[in-house]
Amino acid sequence: MEPSPVKKPFFTPTVIVLIILVVNALVWAFMRFVFGIGAVTNLNNQYPWGIWIGIDVAAGVALAAGGFTTSALAHIFHKEHFHDIVRPALLTAMLGYTFVGMGVFFDLGRYYNIWHVMIFWNGNSVLFEVGICVMAYLTVLYIEFLPIVTDRFIGRVNFRGILSKLNSMIDTLLRFVDRSLSKIMFFFIILGVVLSCLHQSSLGTLMILAGPKVHPLWQSPISPLLFLLSAISVGFPMVIMESIISSRSFGLKSEMDVLSSLGRYVGPLLGIYLAFKIGDMAVRQTFVHLTEINAASIMWIIEVLLGVVIPMRMFFWDKVLTSKPLIFTAAILVIFGVLMNRINTFIVSYTPLYATEVYWPSIGEISITIGFVALEILLYRTLVMIFPVISQPLERIRLKTKFAAKGVIR
Amino acid sequence: MANSSRRDFFKTLGIIGAGAAGLKTKSAGAAPVKIVSDNRMGVLVDTTVCIGCRRCEFACKEAHNLPTGNIEDYDNRTVFEQMRRPDTKALTVVNEYPGTDKKSGPINVKVQCMHCDHPACVSACIVGAFSKQENGSVIWDESLCIGCRYCIVACPFQIPAFEYEKAIEPEIRKCDFCWERTKKGLLPACVNICPVEALTYGKRYELIQEAHKRIEKNPDRYIDHVLGETEVGGTSWLYLANKDFKEMDFPKLDDKPAPGATESLQHAIFAYFLPPAMLFSLLGGIMWLNRKSEENE
Ligand code: SF4
Ligand code: SF4
Ligand code: SF4
Repeated sequence: MEPSPVKKPFFTPTVIVLIILVVNALVWAFMRFVFGIGAVTNLNNQYPWGIWIGIDVAAGVALAAGGFTTSALAHIFHKEHFHDIVRPALLTAMLGYTFVGMGVFFDLGRYYNIWHVMIFWNGNSVLFEVGICVMAYLTVLYIEFLPIVTDRFIGRVNFRGILSKLNSMIDTLLRFVDRSLSKIMFFFIILGVVLSCLHQSSLGTLMILAGPKVHPLWQSPISPLLFLLSAISVGFPMVIMESIISSRSFGLKSEMDVLSSLGRYVGPLLGIYLAFKIGDMAVRQTFVHLTEINAASIMWIIEVLLGVVIPMRMFFWDKVLTSKPLIFTAAILVIFGVLMNRINTFIVSYTPLYATEVYWPSIGEISITIGFVALEILLYRTLVMIFPVISQPLERIRLKTKFAAKGVIR
Repeated sequence: MANSSRRDFFKTLGIIGAGAAGLKTKSAGAAPVKIVSDNRMGVLVDTTVCIGCRRCEFACKEAHNLPTGNIEDYDNRTVFEQMRRPDTKALTVVNEYPGTDKKSGPINVKVQCMHCDHPACVSACIVGAFSKQENGSVIWDESLCIGCRYCIVACPFQIPAFEYEKAIEPEIRKCDFCWERTKKGLLPACVNICPVEALTYGKRYELIQEAHKRIEKNPDRYIDHVLGETEVGGTSWLYLANKDFKEMDFPKLDDKPAPGATESLQHAIFAYFLPPAMLFSLLGGIMWLNRKSEENE
């Protein structure tokens, strides 16, 4: 089974809705850059960070963890069985991180100075570490995606007219890139995993500096470890969710055997995460905060019960692993849990010293966040139609070779 | 193929090692200025002396080219009905709190950046735009800032303010200990204007001695606590008062420098780039072993 570009009509009712959401976000984006952050957000000196950081960046990075986890599984631990899911996971990670960068860009007051990060290093700053690792990892992701591009165009460069002279030259270049990359790709694969481990955990260190402003349920000295463990456990559920949705949307059969063997890893991974989370709670005795009923304790219980405990139990159950709707539900719950955790750590648990109000995202902030997600899905759809990302079921391929032999399909 | 790629593999590993070593020296050189000089300056704020005339607010705005309004308006005491915080248009504000008893009258407290000895804002800033100067001032460098507002998240006193209303060149604003004036040998504007000497400018260690002397001489007038002497590892601005600082909206902070925990975590992860390099080699080893076992099958 080889990956190939998906051939389906681009427009569906869902796609139209997504386009509308993107257009709405564009209007707000225009306002943000013309009138400033204050004009479209509810941010102020009490609440300097809102959902653009909490969701677009913190949760975005965590939910793009499918990229490094599958690449580690397939390439480093060399589980050939999972090769088919590496490309879709890579594409999602690449798009995910691109939008993390966009989210940061929107949130920065002096976005045009973003390149300062590469020049003026502050080795003591956690944010610097996150920033530089994310930038480096994004580059690695683009490099890892390059072979897919060469794969698509080698032997297919076909300019017409005056440019046709370039065809063989470009083809040679592509082949050269492809050959050199395949020799050193292992380096970028390992580098990608290392960079991911670094910034996934550093994201958890970010809010430690906020000290008592962060609620003790989330303010933990082992927060970096918890962030890393939760990112690792959300990687495969993301892949499972995407695979099921995209095969449904393209009318392909999803490969349940691959997904269920992938699902087998999730239970133990969530178990490790939960053990550290509860262990940390026991050591620091923060469970006392659960005895009072308030926003923090309710959110904590939702996050842990619905987002960790229940899906963990589900992933340990063979019936769930073999049923498409059940494994999908379990995956969604894990994703929900990690999303909640990031929102809780960065937004819900943050109480300014001199709070006179409570932060709630504005229409503009929500619109732009939703617009990013919509655009990401649209780009994913576009790219899998152009590039060989998704491995399609055997019958189609067989059909194709049959007709190709007859010269019907080239 | 397998052989040649394995050779490449180790060659590349070597290159990373060298690269990582290079990175380390570079980041150490570019670390932010963080000199805590013994002779650093400070200000002692005696809240039992302050009369709440708000002349310091006026002088501060004047010194920082902010719109001041009429000086007579500063006599209007109705502003004290609400607790105010420094923001982009007023780098210092004076608040009022009820006195300990009816006779003693209200207590006024001037608020501004504390100029911490181990400032969270300096540690946080992604590009090192904040720096602790030798004279004690913590100042912000406009040319570096990217407007990420992590400094605001980090500050344990909720001091830095950001110009959210500006689309281009928004600034982080906070008290800069009159950096431009002290460089020329002038007093900070607030200290200079204060009519009752509620503010004393001097070397920090001398101010601490002075503060304890005042407490000793007048034990009834003061509580035995110099705020800023040890809080978050010490601050350049110090406060005396006759009632618990918590009742005057000072945050309850412990003596550990605010950036301590994150910086040690950060440095543990990046100690000479060793942990990342070790992780890299470990993963490389696993990958190599797995490939090899595949070939042997
Ligand atoms: S009070 Fe806040 S802004 Fe001032 S030096 Fe300390 S951390 Fe920085
Ligand atoms: S807003 Fe500016 S000064 Fe504050 S942390 Fe970010 S770059 Fe540094
Ligand atoms: S000028 Fe002096 S007395 Fe007047 S409010 Fe300021 S600190 Fe208090």
